[in-house]
Formats: sequence, C-alpha cells, structure tokens
Amino acid sequence: MRLKNRHVLGWLEASPLALVLLLFLVAPIVMIVIVSFWGATEFSIYPAFQFDNYEFLFGSPVTYRVFLATLKYAFITWALTLAIGFTVAYFLAFHVRSLTMQIALFLVCTIPFWTSNIIRMISWIPFLGRNGIANQTLISWGLIDEPLEWLLYSDFAVILAFVHLYTLFMVVPIFNTMMRIDKSLLEAARDNGASGLQTLVHVILPLTKPGIMIGTIFVVTLVMGDFITVRFMSGSQRANVGRLISNDIGLLQYPSAAATAVVLLCTVLIVIAILLRFVNIRKEL
Amino acid sequence: MERRPRSFYILAAFFALFVLFLYGPILTIGILSFQGPQGGLTFPMNGVSLHWFRDLFQEQAVGDIWGAFRRSFALGLMVMVTTVVVSVMAGLAFRKRFAGSALLFYAAITSLVIPSILISLGVGLIFNQLGLKIHWATSGFGSQLTWTLPFGLLIMFAVFNRFDKSYEEAARDQGATSWQTIRFVVLPIIAPSLIGVALFGFTLSYDEFARTLLTAGSYNTLPLEIFGMTTNVTTPVIYALGTLTTLFSFAIIAACLLGVWILGKRRARLGSDAGKGV
Repeated sequence: MRLKNRHVLGWLEASPLALVLLLFLVAPIVMIVIVSFWGATEFSIYPAFQFDNYEFLFGSPVTYRVFLATLKYAFITWALTLAIGFTVAYFLAFHVRSLTMQIALFLVCTIPFWTSNIIRMISWIPFLGRNGIANQTLISWGLIDEPLEWLLYSDFAVILAFVHLYTLFMVVPIFNTMMRIDKSLLEAARDNGASGLQTLVHVILPLTKPGIMIGTIFVVTLVMGDFITVRFMSGSQRANVGRLISNDIGLLQYPSAAATAVVLLCTVLIVIAILLRFVNIRKEL
Repeated sequence: MERRPRSFYILAAFFALFVLFLYGPILTIGILSFQGPQGGLTFPMNGVSLHWFRDLFQEQAVGDIWGAFRRSFALGLMVMVTTVVVSVMAGLAFRKRFAGSALLFYAAITSLVIPSILISLGVGLIFNQLGLKIHWATSGFGSQLTWTLPFGLLIMFAVFNRFDKSYEEAARDQGATSWQTIRFVVLPIIAPSLIGVALFGFTLSYDEFARTLLTAGSYNTLPLEIFGMTTNVTTPVIYALGTLTTLFSFAIIAACLLGVWILGKRRARLGSDAGKGV
C-alpha cells in the first residue's frame, strides 16, 4: 500500500509539469510528425499519407548543403564557446580567491542571459556596419583603406553573434563543476611536482568533463535549432535548417516544413544521445 | 597571502576582454540612443538629445510598442507564477523515484533542447486544426512554459540535491503533517532559490522570441514587436527602445538579487541559536 502511495503521490505532484509537457511538447511533436505526411496546395493543407515531402527533402541538394552549413555553424560556435567559456570559468574558479568576488564576477557573466537576445543582436549593428566602429577604427589606424564588407551580414557576423549569445551556457556549467573539484587534489598534484599546465590538463580538465558536456549540449542544440540569429546577422543571405523551416512556414507549406522539422529533430536527438553517453545530468546539478 | 602567478594577470585580462565583449555592444546602443534628432544608426554622435526616447512615447507610425510591453509584462507574470508553482511541485515529486519518473525527466530535457521552431510550428498547427484561435495568453503561454519549466526544474534539482533532509525528519518527529512540513519547513528553507526560479520564469518569458513567434496570434509581444521594427525602422528609436527594455530587465534582475540578499540577512539575524551553547 505504501509503495503504491509513493507512485500516486509522485504523479500528483508532477502532474502539472506532465500536463504542460503533454499538451505543448508531446502533442506538437506528434502533430508535426503527422502533418509531415500530409499534402499541400498553394493555399491549404490536406490530410494524406504520402512520402512526397520526405522524397523532395532528401532529393534536393539544397537540403544537404543547408544541413552541412548548420553543422558547420554548430561546430565552429562550439569550439569557440568552449575555448572562451573554459578559460573564463577557470579564471573564476581557480584564480579569483574570495567567494564574494567569485559570485560577483559570475553574476556579471550571467546577467546578459536574462536580457533580450534580439536587442543583443541589434546592438552589433553600430559595431559591424559599413560605417561602424570596427571599420572606422581600422581605417583610422591605417590598417585598411576601404571599409570591410564582410563584417556585417556574413558568416562572420552570424558566428560572432552565436558566440556572444551562447558562451555563458558554457561558462555556467563548467564553473559549476570546477567549483566542486576538491582543492586538495590540486595541492596533491603540485606536491608531486606537476606544473600548472600539467595540473590543468591531467587533473582539472578530466574532472570538468561533465560540465563541458552539459555546456556542449546547450550550445549545439541552441545553434542547430536557431533560425533568427542566422536570418538577422546574415541579412537573409545565409541559410540553416531553421530558416528552411521558417521559410516554408512563411509560404504556408506546413507539411514540407514539418518534414524538415522531423529530420532536424532526429539529427539533434542523435547528437544529444551521443553526448549523453558521457554524462549523467541529474548527478551534476 | 601567496603572490599571484603571471598567469593570473593574463587570465584577468582575458576575463576583462570577455566582459567588454559581453557588455560593449549594449553600451554602444545605450550611448547611440541619445543621438540628436538628425543622428543616424552609427557614430559619430550628431548632438545629444532625448529626442528618440520622446519619440517612443508618442504615437508610432508602425506597431504598438506600449501595448506589446503590457502584454509581455502580463505574460511574464503569468509564466513566472506558473513556473514557480509547477517547478516546486515537480521538484518535490522527483525527490523520490516513482513509476515513469525517468521518462518525465527526459521529456523535460527534450523540452529544453528541442529546436524552438518545432514548438512554434507544432502548437500553431494543433490550434489551427482544432479551429482554435492562437493568442499570446493561451498558445503563447503554453509554448513559453516549455522553455521556462525545464530551467525551473533543473534549479529545483540543484536545490533539493543540497537539501538537508534532517530538518524534515525533525518536523515529522514533532508531529507535523506532511503539508505542515512542506509549508513551514521546506518552503521557507528553499525560499531564496524560489526567487531565482521566478527570475528565470519572468525574464525568459519577457524576452522569449522563437517559441512565441507562431503562437502569439494577432497581438505581438514586445520581442516580436522589436523584431518587426528591425525590418522597417531605420532610426535610433529602436536603440532607445532597446536601451529602455534592457534597463527594465536589469531592474528586474537587481530586484531579485536584492530580494535574495535581504532574505539571507534576515535569516542570519533571526537564525537559530541551536548548538551555539547559549
């Protein structure tokens, strides 16, 4: 009786969460899968069971190019955010000595997370534009004669914005794991004659792996699912899978958008499944 | 104290550059929003004025900024309250393993990592096929919860992983019912973290874009309104709006941090003298 009670009580307490996820996560996914087999005219969609959408998707060279571009964005952003995020977290965790200072600087890093992504993207315009700060500075230093055109509305701008928006998703989990490393381990390494670099590579890095994995999951999925940063920062000149979907939606081609969405979801889930093999998220919080 | 190694200064410089990278752009548009009436979207400053802020408070040629702000604010509060209540309940549930708890946990993680456009598209399609009208307070509200609840839940995991169960046992030993234990022991102990959950709930909703895009209906929330402006507004008025809404976010964050700090102080002052040999 007690055993049964425990399950019932658990579900009672978790039921609001379960309900929201059922209605706004599971049902939409199911709906997208269903609609991906439907047909569409120029103005409407109709129920059917056909593979046309998938055939068109996998038959088009654009699809492969765009998926490749998406993976490229994800990989470059991942490498940069990891390098920057790890360095920042390492500084905060091991070089800042007072806890108050650590918390204060950590907050400085996380506050932008609670502000608008759209505004943070817009705020790059005065920097990168043709007459922006970057170009004016470079010209006044005599490094270039003409304004660089590739600063804004380019792959460069897209990746810069990704790194700007998502590095803190690396900093937070890595800092969190680093703070839990037993300081006596570092002393032991030093006592045994390890240099700073050796301690970093052989002690800190392996112990920080779970944090790195969690950060990686965040960054990779955010970049792969993005459609707005790429559109805004590339001035609609570059494409990723998210934009492919949102363009179809704009043309009311919901079945085709749904098919692309299903393939995107599968790709993301496979990537996460691979990453999750390396970490147990619930233990790391 | 030990002398700092050289690597400290290199890393400190790196950190300073990172902070500059984080805040530089937003500071720039903060400065540029004070452009003179003839000023453009980039430097140089063409005089200094409050012209563009005044412009915001006047009748707009496009859009309805203040309506959008009111909707975003209301929606933020709705999402905030729901996120706190639902996350705490789920957090309590997950302290014990129950049939299907792993499945529910993975659903929450999926909710966090699923590309936002799928939620937008799926919810839009469902409402469409059921003949329901999409509206920010129904479909938009639900879609945003799929983004805020996982964060709330993860915070609750972190909180309960560090929670000392002996407080609860003590309460039970003295005859408290399970509701009394939660109400008078557990909730007061985790109160500061709940402010954190509330902060996530409100700000993530207030700034949410991708999941609201196809689910807000004919009345825009503020981020949607701002995004609309980027395509057809070419004056610093958009910087003025950006500056104001960022300041608003900062104010909310400051209020929450202050709340946590005051709770901590109060707790230290009114704390128990148990074990201190008084």
